[in-house]
Amino acid sequence: MTTTTPHDFELYRRLVLVRRVEEWIIDQYAEQNAYFARKEEPPLSIRCPTHLSIGQEAAAVGVCAALGAGDAVYSTHRCHAHYLARGGSVDRMIAELCGKVTGCSKGKGGSMHLIDVDAGMYGASAVVGGSIPLAVGAALAASMQGRPGVGVAFFGDGAVEQGIFHESMNLASLRRLPVIFVCENNFYATLSHVSTRQPLGIAQRAASYGMPGVCVEGVDVRDVLRAASEAVARARAGDGPTLLEVKAYRWMSHVGTEFDTGKMLRSAGELDGWRERCAVAHMRRALEADGVAASRLDGVDDEVRAVIAEGIAFARASAEPVADDLFNDLAGEAPTWRG
Amino acid sequence: MARVIAYSDALAEATMMAMERDPSVFVMGVGVDDPGGIFGSTRAPYLRFGDARVFDTPISECALTGVAVGAAMSGMRPMMVHARNDFLLLTLDQLANHGAKWSYMAGGRLKAPVVVRAVIGRGWGQAAQHSQSLQAVVAHFPGLQVIMPATPYDAKGMLLSALTGDWPVVCIEHRWSFGQTGEVPEEFYTVPIGEAHVARPGRDVTVVAISQMVGESLKAASLLAAQGVEAEVIDLRSIRPWDVEAVCASVQRTGRLVIADTGWVTFGVGAEISARVSERLLHELRAPVRRVGLPAVPTPCAPVLERAYYPGADDVARAVLEVMRGASTGEGLDSAAESRLHKPFHGPF
Repeated sequence: MTTTTPHDFELYRRLVLVRRVEEWIIDQYAEQNAYFARKEEPPLSIRCPTHLSIGQEAAAVGVCAALGAGDAVYSTHRCHAHYLARGGSVDRMIAELCGKVTGCSKGKGGSMHLIDVDAGMYGASAVVGGSIPLAVGAALAASMQGRPGVGVAFFGDGAVEQGIFHESMNLASLRRLPVIFVCENNFYATLSHVSTRQPLGIAQRAASYGMPGVCVEGVDVRDVLRAASEAVARARAGDGPTLLEVKAYRWMSHVGTEFDTGKMLRSAGELDGWRERCAVAHMRRALEADGVAASRLDGVDDEVRAVIAEGIAFARASAEPVADDLFNDLAGEAPTWRG
Repeated sequence: MARVIAYSDALAEATMMAMERDPSVFVMGVGVDDPGGIFGSTRAPYLRFGDARVFDTPISECALTGVAVGAAMSGMRPMMVHARNDFLLLTLDQLANHGAKWSYMAGGRLKAPVVVRAVIGRGWGQAAQHSQSLQAVVAHFPGLQVIMPATPYDAKGMLLSALTGDWPVVCIEHRWSFGQTGEVPEEFYTVPIGEAHVARPGRDVTVVAISQMVGESLKAASLLAAQGVEAEVIDLRSIRPWDVEAVCASVQRTGRLVIADTGWVTFGVGAEISARVSERLLHELRAPVRRVGLPAVPTPCAPVLERAYYPGADDVARAVLEVMRGASTGEGLDSAAESRLHKPFHGPF
């Protein structure tokens, strides 16, 4: 029998935050599409493609709970959960999705490139596998600077098919760099099942590079946290990288706010099986079993809803960038963008 | 009298100077620590700073470029070195999709001051995959700066600019430049990225030259001077950003433009320069712009084919005479000028 702790309550809060923000995206898209159908301009609208991680939250929340302030997280096109789990600003995320100048990258990145450097979220790449070496670079920097920082690369199962995954694993192991390679195996690359793309399991690949390969189910967030904490401890001790595979089933379509069970081989039954193993519901049941009052758990929802409402208000009150911002707000002495 | 050193030593000196001033500068790449040390340019830094800051890497150019970008975003200043331009193509995902764009995608909240050096090979049968000159490819991407120092002075000053700047810089060097000597001050100095240099003033025609073609263009200019044509040779030095003002100011005076590039003419740097100058100065041009560069085939191996492939001073001189037609300069190079061209090169590489 598992005993929950106050930390578990915080994990639950994070899971609910990620889930509810993405559910807001679904609702918001429905609402704005109704406006567009009437040829009207909605008061607020998301202006970029969104890749939802509903069903995968335990991976992001469990791993990020194992990290400290000096650690650098790099993510993928499906980065909402990583950003939020790392503590990225909800206000700035919603503003970014809605194309506002107050967004986390001032309207230059959008949903696929969420960033909050103060929170340790260094950004996300929309090229599969593309951000993996960036996390290795963060780890190399930390080790050269004599800091205890860890580099964390979140990526999906598809990235394992990219050469850059193998190049990065090879280098990180060779130099015993403090990297956590976190593969969120959500089983599908758009519509292709992993079994049609890969001849063996993902965690097994670690053996080729002489590092531990750990596989956990992304159902109980505490399992993920435990595995990630071990990987972080190894990295901080100078024992090198870990490949952590989290089986984290994606409920929704690759992109957008729909279910895709009608379009592909995966059945509604397969999806339902995973929905029954929902990480958010699982954690709620665990907390209830430990005697946490339902009213307190409902309070989390109320609190998160208030945070999202504030974010929406912030985005609504924010200005859009002006056309000249195309060339503005860049780091240091910028190159001549116009020439 | 100022000190005279080789181009390769100027690169090494800039590297060591940057490393001394800033502990975040480090060097990595395939073979940077070997006895050759990228034609002498990384060996001295390795001997001085050791493998903590100058280290060999697995042959994973793409991931290593990403590692450099990631390290830069965490406060380091990595310099990655490739013995050939051709390997840049392996790195394009990290260079163009990531390094060039991350700061912009981040709304300026991060910067990635990475320096990537890559050498152009030429001659002794190096053929199609050890000789490419890829400045046009990398210069296409907003967010990358591309420099091509032609002299030891610029090699040191521009590399120091790159290693102290805020943005990713690709530094493309010609293998034939490495043995070239010139005056190089011992102290720290920078040559700003984006400023061209008038290598030889002249009133009749502007020759914008890049990298190794600067020397060829200067040779052409002295041959032409004997025939009464005064060519102004501009060493472009920076490909992106390039010095539109300096080039246009010169063309405004001469009314004629020849561009001499080490890369392919088709879709090349010369096309960009020609287009930009035409957009601004079409009615001041007294002749169509001429471009000198590589023909549209991969680099061949056999000596006869190599000779036919690479342009030299004679091609620049002929292009100049073509744009001068109509002025009283005759039609071609005289035979004395012809005989002073075509110096053989005996490798190995």
